[in-house]
Amino acid sequence: MTKAGAILRFLACGSVDDGKSTLIGHLLHLTGNLYDDQVAILEQESARLGTNGAGIDYSLLLDGLTAEREQGITIDVAYRYFATPQRHFIVADTPGHERYTRNMATAASRCSAALILVDARQGVLPQTRRHALICALMGIRRFLFVVNKMDMAGWSEQGFREVQAQCNRLAGDLERFGLPRAECVAVPVSALNGDNLVALSPNMPWYDGTTVMGWLHAVAPGEGMEHAAPRLPVQYVIKVARPGGAWQEGADGAFRRGGNGTFRAYAGTVVSGSLKRGDRVVVLPSGLRTRVREMWCGDRLVRQAVAGMAVALSLEGEHDVVRGDMIVAEDQRTELAHLFKVRLVWMDDQPLYSGRHYLFKGVAGTATAGITRIRGRIEPDSYQRLAADHFSLNDIGEAELALSLPIPFDPYAENRETGGFILTDRLSNATVACGMILHPLRRTATVRRQCEEIGPPERAAIKGQRPCVLWLTGFSGAGKSTIANCLERKLYTLGRHTMLLDGDNIRQGLNRDLGFTEAGRIENIRRIGEVAKLMTDAGLIVITAFISPFRAERDMVREILPGGSFVEIHVDTPLEECERRDPKGLYRKARQGEIPNFTGIDSPYEPPRAPALRLGTMARPVWECADAIIAYLREHGLLPE
Amino acid sequence: MKPNGALHQLEQESIRIIREAVAEAERPVMLYSVGKDSSVMLHLALKAFYPMNPPFPLLHVDTTWKFREMIAFRDATAARLGMELIAYTNQEGLREGVTPFTHGSRAYTDVMKTDALRMALDAGGFDMILGGARRDEEKSRAKERVFSFRDARHHWNPRGQRPELWSVPNLARNRGESFRVFPLSDWTELDVWRYIAREAIPVVPLYFAARRPVVERAGQWIMVDDGRMPLSPGETPRMKVVRFRTLGCYPLSAAVESRAATVRGIVRELECARSSERAGRLIDFDQAGSMEKKKQEGYF
Ligand SMILES: Nc1nc2c(ncn2[C@@H]2O[C@H](COP(=O)(O)OP(=O)(O)O)[C@@H](O)[C@H]2O)c(=O)[nH]1
Ligand SMILES: [Mg+2]
Repeated sequence: MTKAGAILRFLACGSVDDGKSTLIGHLLHLTGNLYDDQVAILEQESARLGTNGAGIDYSLLLDGLTAEREQGITIDVAYRYFATPQRHFIVADTPGHERYTRNMATAASRCSAALILVDARQGVLPQTRRHALICALMGIRRFLFVVNKMDMAGWSEQGFREVQAQCNRLAGDLERFGLPRAECVAVPVSALNGDNLVALSPNMPWYDGTTVMGWLHAVAPGEGMEHAAPRLPVQYVIKVARPGGAWQEGADGAFRRGGNGTFRAYAGTVVSGSLKRGDRVVVLPSGLRTRVREMWCGDRLVRQAVAGMAVALSLEGEHDVVRGDMIVAEDQRTELAHLFKVRLVWMDDQPLYSGRHYLFKGVAGTATAGITRIRGRIEPDSYQRLAADHFSLNDIGEAELALSLPIPFDPYAENRETGGFILTDRLSNATVACGMILHPLRRTATVRRQCEEIGPPERAAIKGQRPCVLWLTGFSGAGKSTIANCLERKLYTLGRHTMLLDGDNIRQGLNRDLGFTEAGRIENIRRIGEVAKLMTDAGLIVITAFISPFRAERDMVREILPGGSFVEIHVDTPLEECERRDPKGLYRKARQGEIPNFTGIDSPYEPPRAPALRLGTMARPVWECADAIIAYLREHGLLPE
Repeated sequence: MKPNGALHQLEQESIRIIREAVAEAERPVMLYSVGKDSSVMLHLALKAFYPMNPPFPLLHVDTTWKFREMIAFRDATAARLGMELIAYTNQEGLREGVTPFTHGSRAYTDVMKTDALRMALDAGGFDMILGGARRDEEKSRAKERVFSFRDARHHWNPRGQRPELWSVPNLARNRGESFRVFPLSDWTELDVWRYIAREAIPVVPLYFAARRPVVERAGQWIMVDDGRMPLSPGETPRMKVVRFRTLGCYPLSAAVESRAATVRGIVRELECARSSERAGRLIDFDQAGSMEKKKQEGYF
C-alpha cells in the first residue's frame, strides 16, 4: 500500500490565523488543481468580502461552512484532493482554535505528515505546541514547520532563524517527553504571495532549502504498516447458504458458478503486516489455531494480502468466527489484556473523573471501559506531566483503563490500527475521547527492605524478578536465536527486564579479538559466562544463544553462576533438519570444506545429559517453544506473577 | 497520470467503509442514483461481499423527471444483479403537480428530492444509508465526515460533527437516528472515471457524447428528453453532439459540448478540463451555501 505511487495524507495545523487555509488554497492553485469556474467564484467572493484587499482570499476556498465564512474562522476539517505528476495527495485543513481541537485530532489520526504553520512575527505559540504534540501522539513522525507571513517580517533571515530555533526546541521537547524522534524541517514562506511554495523565492535569496511542494514530494508516505505484525480484524462474516449442500471450505470451482452448499468467509482489512494463503494463524480471543485456506480481494483469488488490503478469507475447518475477532499470524501473536495504561485526548464538555464508565471501541471490537485511575495531565505547552484528578475538554493525559473483557491489542507505538480506540458515552452516544494504548498493566509486588548496601537481591527485587541465565544450546540453524528473540519479546511484554546475548553482539565487540581455534572457543564461552554473571547480579534475566557444543564449557558457565540460576535448554533439532534449513548457507560451505571445525560436520556436538528443558522444533512453532520456556520458569518459581 | 497505486488504495479503503457500515447496520440501504458515482459504489459493494450479494436493497428517489435512459439502465442493473430495488416517488408532490418548470428548482428539489428521500427512509426504517457523494464535489461536502450522523428528522449539524478517528467510527445511535455513509468521500471525479475504465463498469450512455436534442437556457444546454418540456413559441430543439458530466433530473442537468464517446475519451477530456463538474448542476447555484442548507435539511 505504501509503495511508490500511494497517496500521501497530510494535514495543515497550527494556531489561528497563521495561514493554514491560505497555504492549502494557494498550493492547490499553484499546482493547477483548481478549475476555472472555482477560481472565478473565488475571485468574486474575495472582491465582495474584501478580506484580502484586492487580492484573492484563498481561505474562502476551504472554509466551506456558512458559519465559518460568517465568522472568518475554520471550525471543522476540510479535505482536499490534488495530484501532481509525481504523487497523489489528500490534505486536511484543520481549525486552529483550541475549542475545535477534536476536529484537528480527527484529521491527525489518519495522516502521516504534518505542515505546522507558524507566523514569522509571532513565532511558536502555545497552540502551535499543542498541535505538534497531538500530531506526535497520533504517531506522525514527519513535520514541516512552515514559517509564514515572511512578507510581513521583512523577509528577514534572522527572523526566520529565530523561529526555526524555536521549532527545533519544540522537537527536542517532544523527544524528551518520550516520543520517538520526528523528522523536522523548517521553511520560510509567504502563503499569500506564494513564496517558497513550489519554487524558491527571489525575495529570500538567503534560503536554499526545500520548498513546501518539494518536501511533500520527498517525504515517505504511510507508516510502513506492512512491516508490522500481521493483523486482520474480522469486520463481517460473508455467508452463502445454498440449499441441499454440505459445508464448503472454499468457494472455488463449481460453488462459485452457483453450486450447492454452505460457505463462509471472513471479511476484513489486513491492517498491518501481510498474510499468505496457507499461513498458520490464530483467531483471538478464542485462541483457535488454523490456516488460511483461500483469500479473495473482491472476486479475485489472491495468494497474498498486504497491509491496507480489504480481503475475505476462508479458514481450514469449520469454525465459529465472528465480527470483532482478530486473525493474527501464529508466530507473531498479540497479547490479550483488559487492564491498560493509555493516553487520552478528552473531547467531551463533561470532564472525566476516575470511576466513570464508557463504551470502548477499537478495531477488535467493543467492551465496557472503566477509568480506574488518572495518572496525570500532559501540559500541552511545556509537555510536562502534571498531577490531575480529572480531564476537561481538550485535555491530554494518561490514565488506567479496565475493560469488561480482554481484547487483543498492540501498543499504539507499534501499531496505529490495533493500538488506538475511542470512548463513547453510553447515554449521549457522544465520542468523549480518543485513546492510545501504551502498555498492559500488571501490578508487581515490589519487596522493600531497609539495607545499607545494594546487592544482587536488592537489584533483583526492585525489578520484581528472579534473575537467571537461559542458556540455549544446539546445532547451527536449530532455531536458538529465533526462539531467544521471541522469548525475549514475550518476557518484555510481561514487564520483565531481560538481555539477549547472541553471536552478533558478542563476537563483534567484547570477543572481537578471539578466533575460532579451540582456545578461542573456550575463552569465548568463558567471557560470555562472566558477562552473564554480571548481568544476573544486576538483576536481569539473561538469554544466550550459542552453539556451545562441549559439555565442559557449559559446565564451566554453570559453576561461574550462582547456584540454580543456570537453566540449560537444549534446542534439539536434528542435524539433517538444520542442514536442510541452512538459513545462512553455512552447512553448504562446510560440506565444501570452506569452514573447518564446523559443529556437526567435522566437529562433534555433545548434547546435554540432563537439560532443564529439551525443545523439539520439528512440529512446533517458535512461539510455542518460547511459551514452553515461560511455563518452565513459572513452574520453577523463576517467574513470579 | 495518477499512479495506479492510488486507485487501488482508494478502492480498498472504500470497501472497508462499506463493510463497516453494513456490519453495524440494522437496516442498511444504498442510495442508488443511477449516476457514475453510484455505479462505482455498487461495484465496490459487489466486491465487498463477494460471493454473496450485497445484503441491502437499492433505493432510488424517482422524481419522475429523470432521463428515460437512466430509468431503463436502473431497472436493467437491478435485474442483472438480482438486487432488490426500491423506487420511491413523493406521491403527494406528484398530486400537487410540483415540477421544476412550475415551482422553480428550489421548491421542486425540496419536495421531490429532499422530502421524498426523508419519506422513503422513514418508510423503510433505514439506519445506515450508503451514498456516493464525494468531498471534491462541493465546499460543504468537503467538510463532512465519512460516517455522518443524522438526527431523527434526518438533519445534519455541520457545527457539531462527531470526531472521526482512525478507521474506528462511532456509530452509536438511538432509534430513528441514522448515518449517511460516503464510501467515495476521498475520490475525485477523475478517480471515478479512471476506475470505471480499469474495471469496465457499465454506466448510463448519457455520459458519452452523442447527437441529442437540446435547447439553450440561461447559457446552458438542456436536453429535451420528453414532451413535457415547455418550449417558448418558435423554439425548436437543436441536435448537438453533447454529453453529461453529471446526471439528475433532465430539466436541471446541463449538457456539455464534447466529443468524448468512450470512457477513455472522458478520462482524457477530464485530464485537461478547465471547469468543474458542478458547473452543470443548476440547483447548486440558487444561493450561496445552498448545498449546506439542503444537506442540513436532509438532502444527500
Ligand atoms: N501578509 C500575509 N498574510 C497572510 C499570509 N498567509 C495568510 N495571511 C493572512 O492571514 C489571515 C489568516 O489566514 P488563514 O489562512 O485564514 O489562517 P488559518 O486560520 O491558519 O487558516 C488571512 O487574512 C490571510 O490573508 C502571508 O503569507 N502573508
Ligand atoms: Mg483556516
